[in-house]
Amino acid sequence: MSRRLDGGGPVAPETVVELEGVSKEFAQGKTVALRDIDLAIGQGGFISLIGPSGCGKSTLLRIIGDLIQPSAGRVTVHGKPAHQARLDRDYGIVFQHPVLYDWRTVAKNIALPLELLGWDRGRRADRVKEMLELVELTGFENHHPWQLSGGMQQRVSIARALSFSPALLLMDEPFGALDEMTRERLNMELLRIWQETGSTIVFVTHSIAEAVFLSTRVMVMSARPGRISDVLEVDLPQPRSAALREDPRYFELVTQVREALVRGGADKVFEELSFDELAPEEGE
Amino acid sequence: MKRITDWLPALLVFVLGLALWQWVFSPLAGKFLLPRPSAIATTFWNNKSVLLQAGWFTFKEALGGFVIGSTLGIVFALGFARFRRVGNALMPYAVAASAIPIIAFAPITNAWFGVLNPHSKWAIAGILCFFPVLVNTLRGLTSVDPEAIELMRSYAAGELDIFRRVRFPSALPHIFAGLRVATVLAMIGAIVGDYFGGSVGALGVQIENSISLFDFPLGWAAIVVASAFGIAFYVAVVLAERWALRGVPAA
Repeated sequence: MSRRLDGGGPVAPETVVELEGVSKEFAQGKTVALRDIDLAIGQGGFISLIGPSGCGKSTLLRIIGDLIQPSAGRVTVHGKPAHQARLDRDYGIVFQHPVLYDWRTVAKNIALPLELLGWDRGRRADRVKEMLELVELTGFENHHPWQLSGGMQQRVSIARALSFSPALLLMDEPFGALDEMTRERLNMELLRIWQETGSTIVFVTHSIAEAVFLSTRVMVMSARPGRISDVLEVDLPQPRSAALREDPRYFELVTQVREALVRGGADKVFEELSFDELAPEEGE
Repeated sequence: MKRITDWLPALLVFVLGLALWQWVFSPLAGKFLLPRPSAIATTFWNNKSVLLQAGWFTFKEALGGFVIGSTLGIVFALGFARFRRVGNALMPYAVAASAIPIIAFAPITNAWFGVLNPHSKWAIAGILCFFPVLVNTLRGLTSVDPEAIELMRSYAAGELDIFRRVRFPSALPHIFAGLRVATVLAMIGAIVGDYFGGSVGALGVQIENSISLFDFPLGWAAIVVASAFGIAFYVAVVLAERWALRGVPAA
């Protein structure tokens, strides 16, 4: 696993995900979930999709992952159609709920994608050990998911998504169901994992603070129909530290994202987004 | 693990119930119509080999029906889950059929297969088991967390892998819920099937004969044997469930 070299900033080295004119309609065109989405995500980027409920950000993530078919437009991943990318196992997916399989131990949950890849037992065990170290859960391999806290479950889910080294990590509000302290700790952990693995991450979130803190780029979406209304480059230094949450530039960017959200959906946005993460935090 | 103190209240109720039966209800109802537990126990002891053999005979009738009915229930549920249109067309009838007192068909299966042929009891016990297993299994197979399926698809898993690794394991608790109900129904089916005619070695026939000869202690002793086999059957399935679902939290 290579250490990443750049922040995936404005000049993207290589395009990993490319969307051209992607639209999604439900109920024979009566509901337009997404309209004319164009975007390009560079290698090693950490891209957040933020927007009010119902803006289609989860739908967009699923379209990138070939779990939903767009009504129009084209999705390319590593120059291939999304469908081929899925068959090539280019995606690691983490949902808001950990979606662990209760009847499998932690180790066997992490090994599930590896079983499907046909890895033998020894190779699977080695990788599981590596992954448990990565998410700091060594010693819990024989626990069952329901014996772990919510934060630990989500770390297992992340370990599973990373186990087969997918080029692209798709995360749908992965920390949305966790308490604030756990969320901030996992934010740091995710950043460390991202640095260590050099993967590209598309991250759906409700939280402005989380989006700014984690991302190299924040894509602001607006609802009805869902579209990308603003794109903000986050020029905060890498690697990010907890102290950044008190940095004036951080607050500036948070304000910019908030204003972009308001422009995109005005009052409705205020009801649905949480601003309560903005208080400065003590160290990890 | 439950400690002895957790069991104590239930045990007390059992002892108290037996005592009330022995010294209050039986004397009130008349020892002839409602024999005392002590009399039932004595009768059982004096006839234990006949009764246990009869119990085993009827249990085998129930088991045959259970195996056939449950297997068919699971197979049909798999088909209905795979081919949703077929399932949607047939499920209303399956649900309606599960509401009919199917036990009323016992004389008919007796007539079809012959009263002395165990197949007649398998048939009625099997039909009784079929519907709860079908309905529960189908519910289990179709109520899988959609995100669990999406994850498998993101690993490029095929239908067979998704079935083996996700659909079937997550349906197992539902399947066992159906099987538990089926054990009880299978015993009812076999015994009631016996009532409408069967081998003299069958427990249902023993109950029927002894009651019609006003030998109530023997009838009650046979009922106790039937209950014991029924409970053992149920417990066996519960133990199989515990084993199969080890590591899964109790619902």
